[in-house]
Amino acid sequence: MSMLRLTSPHAHGPQSTPRVMQTVLLATVPGILVLTHFFGFGTLVNILWGSVVALTLESIALKIRGRPVGFYLKDCSALVTAFLLCIALPPYSPWWLIAVGIASAILLGKHFYGGLGYNPFNPAMVGYVVLLISFPVQMTSWAPPRGAGEVPGLIEALQACFLPAAYDGTTMATPLDILRQNESLLMEDLWAQSPVFGRWAGIGWEWVNIAFLAGGLWLLQRRIFTWHAPVAMLASIALLAAIFYDGGSSASGGSPLFHLLSGATMFGAFFIITDPVSSAVSVRGRLIYGALIGVLVYVIRVRGNYPDAVAFAVLIMNFAAPFIDYYTQPRTYGHKRAGPGS
Amino acid sequence: MNRIHRFHGGVHPPENKRQSVRTPIASAGIPPQLIVPLSQHIGAPAAPVVSPGDKVLKGQLIAEPQGLVSVPIHAPSSGEVVAVEDRLVPHISGHSAPCIVIDTDGRDAWIEHHGTPEFRALDDATLLECIRNAGIAGMGGAGFPSSVKLRVREGKTIDTLIINGTECEPYITADDVLMRERADAIVAGARILSHLTHPAETLIGIEDNKPESIEAMRAAIDGDDIRVVVFPTKYPSGGEKQLIEILTGKQVPSGGLPADVGVICQNVGTAAAVYDAVVRGRPLISRITTVTGEGVREPQNFEVLIGTPMSYLLAKAGYQEAASNRLIMGGPMMGFTVPDPAVPIIKTTNCLLAPTEAELPTPPPAQACIRCGMCATACPASLLPQQLFWFAQGKEYEKLEEHNLFDCIECGACSYVCPSHIPLVQYYRASKAEILQQRRDHAKAEHARQRFEARQERIEREEREKEAKRAARKQAAEAKVKGDSSDGEDPIQAAIERARAKKAAQQTQGAASQEDELASLEKAVVSARKRLDTANEKLAQAEKEGSDRVAALATGVEKTRAKLDNAEAALRAHAQRAGETTGQASGDTDAAQLAIEKARAARAADAQLSPGEKAKATLTSLEQRLEKSREKLAQRKAADDEAKIIEALESTVERLGEKVEQARKQLEVTEKA
Repeated sequence: MSMLRLTSPHAHGPQSTPRVMQTVLLATVPGILVLTHFFGFGTLVNILWGSVVALTLESIALKIRGRPVGFYLKDCSALVTAFLLCIALPPYSPWWLIAVGIASAILLGKHFYGGLGYNPFNPAMVGYVVLLISFPVQMTSWAPPRGAGEVPGLIEALQACFLPAAYDGTTMATPLDILRQNESLLMEDLWAQSPVFGRWAGIGWEWVNIAFLAGGLWLLQRRIFTWHAPVAMLASIALLAAIFYDGGSSASGGSPLFHLLSGATMFGAFFIITDPVSSAVSVRGRLIYGALIGVLVYVIRVRGNYPDAVAFAVLIMNFAAPFIDYYTQPRTYGHKRAGPGS
Repeated sequence: MNRIHRFHGGVHPPENKRQSVRTPIASAGIPPQLIVPLSQHIGAPAAPVVSPGDKVLKGQLIAEPQGLVSVPIHAPSSGEVVAVEDRLVPHISGHSAPCIVIDTDGRDAWIEHHGTPEFRALDDATLLECIRNAGIAGMGGAGFPSSVKLRVREGKTIDTLIINGTECEPYITADDVLMRERADAIVAGARILSHLTHPAETLIGIEDNKPESIEAMRAAIDGDDIRVVVFPTKYPSGGEKQLIEILTGKQVPSGGLPADVGVICQNVGTAAAVYDAVVRGRPLISRITTVTGEGVREPQNFEVLIGTPMSYLLAKAGYQEAASNRLIMGGPMMGFTVPDPAVPIIKTTNCLLAPTEAELPTPPPAQACIRCGMCATACPASLLPQQLFWFAQGKEYEKLEEHNLFDCIECGACSYVCPSHIPLVQYYRASKAEILQQRRDHAKAEHARQRFEARQERIEREEREKEAKRAARKQAAEAKVKGDSSDGEDPIQAAIERARAKKAAQQTQGAASQEDELASLEKAVVSARKRLDTANEKLAQAEKEGSDRVAALATGVEKTRAKLDNAEAALRAHAQRAGETTGQASGDTDAAQLAIEKARAARAADAQLSPGEKAKATLTSLEQRLEKSREKLAQRKAADDEAKIIEALESTVERLGEKVEQARKQLEVTEKA
């Protein structure tokens, strides 16, 4: 009888990469639902079309690179990239915008570097930044949320995506834009004057952020990632917002709660900066990585010229991740000091 | 109550311990044949002291330890030694190794033995000797000779003696049932170990998933000299380094020993074996082994004789060969697969795991590392496994060492949690082996370089000395010529005298060198003939097998024959010349013929030598060489020569010593065969 020869360990835990990815996909559902509720079917159409493009491009790239297509498609990483990018894109984006973004993410962001695991940058954010720089008009046109304007229906959403020339939707400045451009009004007056503001932040936006926070906490509970980077990022944003709140004057940067519940804060903290491939890996490294992203997000939001800052902050810190890792190596058992060569 | 410390990382794999503790320890009985490997421990294999045909009694010494880090081996039951030969052994390499094979007689008759219940009367050295003579090596799985570990170095004190009853590996319950059923022996053994090492405290560490064991051990202690410490279940709490951290909060320095932080750690099985050895006088010839997995119908623990074939033990537990596709010695985290169920149980076999495919599935192909860091979270050594994997793939050995690869204890926690199913531990093992091999190669090259340099220096020095002597002689001669002329003696006469003396000397020397030459030519003929014979044999073999190398071998034979002819011709010519110069012209051809005959006879004698005699001859010649090198070394040392030369000579002596040792073993083996 032939005995199987294998090396230890023979047992394996329940976790697998496809399962990790599927869990992440599932965790985006509350956020997507809330986005759909407040902004209509735009995001859903984005995700559907983006997923088709992502899977197609992933298959082609794998085929060209001579990799087993079925085996690597199963890891669901392309779907995750598509979901994350399409959630970040404005709803009612035209089909070509999404296709260009997905192509940049999957091909430029991932396969050009050698595929999953070898990409130094977060693929979804690569796609996002390529679009933001190339098509600033389309990328800064957000539909008004339910309560501040008309929300288009499903047919209109499909039209916006696939027949963009025939679609004429309304757009509105986001709360982050309004706050940045405010120079004369006290916070209180600004809130009273503009219809986009809700209880703590923008109408809709606060609930979108809370939904992504919920999804993120669920992922934490499932031990998909550790708390270090998200908590560090949120803490540094809140800290800076508190320092520069300035009592709600006309020069205020906005309250901590406003910043925590605006734009892509929660989505970024739990779904973007936790991308394991491109982030720092050691515990202390993740704290530093998250905290610095938080700083960059706040600075770019309040002083910069873009609608939101998560994408730039993440890409910049992706550069620094190996460097952070090198200097934050844990102290190995039985060694006096931490760090390389000790 | 002791404080419990935490160690970094760890995992919680399904325990699967319950299925094998439903029944008490059963005796596995006496198998018809015992296969007892000579190496069941870490260190040098033991050397057999019995030969095929010898009758042995249970507990009789059958192999002696070789060197300090080694243990003896005893007959597990009475019977007859039928072979001392290589057999498949349970080793991660899957190789064969020398074993003593005993056909049991079923009487299980003990050799006379007696213990020392009053062990406190024995001094440390006697106790250590007793533990060593009983063949005790770490029973937890590593098999390090216990007497070596227990020897407290001078100037060191032991604060804590830890008796390890953790047994954190899933499935294994051998220590658990031992603690439940033989708590008294473990406690008595712990007291012996404590008497030997004089620790400030003696702790027995047990995971909280073994309440029955904890109860039994607490009941057996009956005193306050030993304490049971219970801590939460987590793999790998039972690793020596982890357990030390849990119980004392100290970390064993990298590359150091537990004794460096004042700790000695012994397995509960070892403690019980020490009790058996010291108090009852019984050597280590049996152990408790868990047989489990869904591939056996009745998973349970057996008291089994060392050397029992695994297949015999598996049959006792209702092994379903068809249901299980692999057999693991040890647990699912650190155990290794054995090549064949016929391999024997050894001193470190704590578990036989026969899983079904559904139970422990064959790992799927590895996916890409997504650097999720779950491995780093799980690593009990606080390493960065994903970085190590990266470097291991790129064979960046320096980086691997910089990232402390050698602090990896190969517990398998990283591979266990890896969502991409990357066999991380396998990468680390391979890299460690390659780095060690590189180190060995480097040391070897360094050694060769030193020898070469020493030789170069010696040659140069000798040349210089010769030159100096020549110059001195020349000077002296010149001075003499000057002095002679002034003395008025006849320089010409003196020169003639010198020339005569020189010629006489040359003649005697010439005779000697001729003899040397004759001898060497004879040797050449002998070796040429030997080669021819071997070549012929090979050719015949190849022809028989119809190998395609026949043609090549035939040319080889031709060439060898030509060489033999040449050698014989040279010998003949030399003998003739010798005859001429010595004036035995009449017998010159005879002399040549004689020399050739002599050479042939020598070859024939050589060919007829039995392997034993051959081995003996090799040994003798090696011993002579060793003796010579030793003399040379002594001379050099006496002459206070350069350190390099002495070093080189020393290493030569060492190597020759090793060779002699090998030859001696070879001789023993052939004699036994």
